[in-house]
Amino acid sequence: MLYFSDLLQYSDVFLSGLKTTVELTVLTTILGVSLGTLCATARQYGNQASQRIVTVYVELIRNTPFIVQLFFIFFGLPAIGMMLSPWEASMIALTINLGAYSTEIIRAGLGSISKGQIEAAKVLGLTFQQTLVRVIFTPAFEKIYPALVSQCIIVMLGSAVISQISVEDLTYAANLVQSRNFRAFESYAVTALLYLGLSILLRFAFNTLGKRLFAYRTSN
Amino acid sequence: MKRLTKLLGKTLIIAAGFSALSASADVLQDIKDRNLIRIAVPQDFPPFGSIGTDLKPQGIDVDMANYIAKEMGVKIEIVPVTSANRIPYLQTKKVDLVISSLGKNPEREKAIDFSTPYAPFFLGVFGSKDEDVTQISQLADKTVGVTRGSVEDLELEKYAPKSVNVRRFEDNNTTLTAYLSGQVNLIATGNLVATEIAKRQPQRAPESKFMLKDSPCYIGMAKGEVALQAKVNELIKAALASGELNDISMKWLKAPLPKGFGA
Repeated sequence: MLYFSDLLQYSDVFLSGLKTTVELTVLTTILGVSLGTLCATARQYGNQASQRIVTVYVELIRNTPFIVQLFFIFFGLPAIGMMLSPWEASMIALTINLGAYSTEIIRAGLGSISKGQIEAAKVLGLTFQQTLVRVIFTPAFEKIYPALVSQCIIVMLGSAVISQISVEDLTYAANLVQSRNFRAFESYAVTALLYLGLSILLRFAFNTLGKRLFAYRTSN
Repeated sequence: MKRLTKLLGKTLIIAAGFSALSASADVLQDIKDRNLIRIAVPQDFPPFGSIGTDLKPQGIDVDMANYIAKEMGVKIEIVPVTSANRIPYLQTKKVDLVISSLGKNPEREKAIDFSTPYAPFFLGVFGSKDEDVTQISQLADKTVGVTRGSVEDLELEKYAPKSVNVRRFEDNNTTLTAYLSGQVNLIATGNLVATEIAKRQPQRAPESKFMLKDSPCYIGMAKGEVALQAKVNELIKAALASGELNDISMKWLKAPLPKGFGA
């Protein structure tokens, strides 16, 4: 027998968990993609030193498990005097993680912009800013947009791990409720559905945003 | 006639003696008669009882057993037991006493008798020295680390003020790491866990702030052994007064006995 009604009294716990997960996702998506854009630009067009720094950062993050990065920031950094709250530590860890993966994705987009296109912009007298936004970033992002959206969703789902350092996110809510009423099936089923809903919503938001960002093709 | 009365008297005395022996076998007297006390101690539960590097049993319970034997002035036979068979050992009279981190509960009380407590065993809130907390109401607005779903977690939820910030971690080790790294200054856990921290990281040894759930260890003995029970209680009381119990606690638990212990 299943007893989903047993979860009703914990609806506050689930809701506040959901809120934390959404907040962290929105914030880290904005910060992470910004960081990724910055690093991808540095890696593609920067000098050798900045290219090297970005390479080290990207390889370090992409080749270590997220939970180790999180534990290092939360449990390790206090040893050198950097005490971060669970929320801050998760925010930083998620941003750094998304930053590294999105760097590689965005760099692929930037790589697809041919040199000739940039030179053409110069010849046509476009300013540096115009060239950057209209000639480089917009078409580059358009090409890699689906991959970037997927990565953001992966990070959102991966954020379940932050419950390990006592951040009261959606997974934390599921674990807490399960430890109180031992209704594992019900707790995790509800949580899985909430994550699924969140993913669909996030994808929908990104698609809407994409249509606006890349509207130049149809409306111009 | 006189001789007959004497004989009858002697017979009666002997008979009385026999009946006394069979009705209430006085274990305390047996111990004195054979000049040996047999005590069950754990072999796999440090710091209460384990096998040391010299292959001899060591721990709180072993020290306590030796103390009892010494004070009774008899030789000792240490019988290593597991937590599952310690009470059967007592019921089948293979040992005279069980000193094996034994907690009291109603089922056990039906089967055996208990002495007064001799060693602390409790769930409590522990923390660094600069945290000024002595009772649960003072946890208001404080942050406490705890292992999710543990008994101490449930106790905190039940009794702590609403404004307490409980940080729940996945397992005991993560809770310990949170305390050791300074992410939390207070943790709710068992006193043995606190001892482990004190051993590994003496500079951040947590001190006991207050108890959440007290379940001290008692010495177990067969039911109805009034004389033995009185004697053991008397020895525990003396050890408490002389500071011997506190010394044992300091030696193995790295912490003094809790305030009001045994009261």
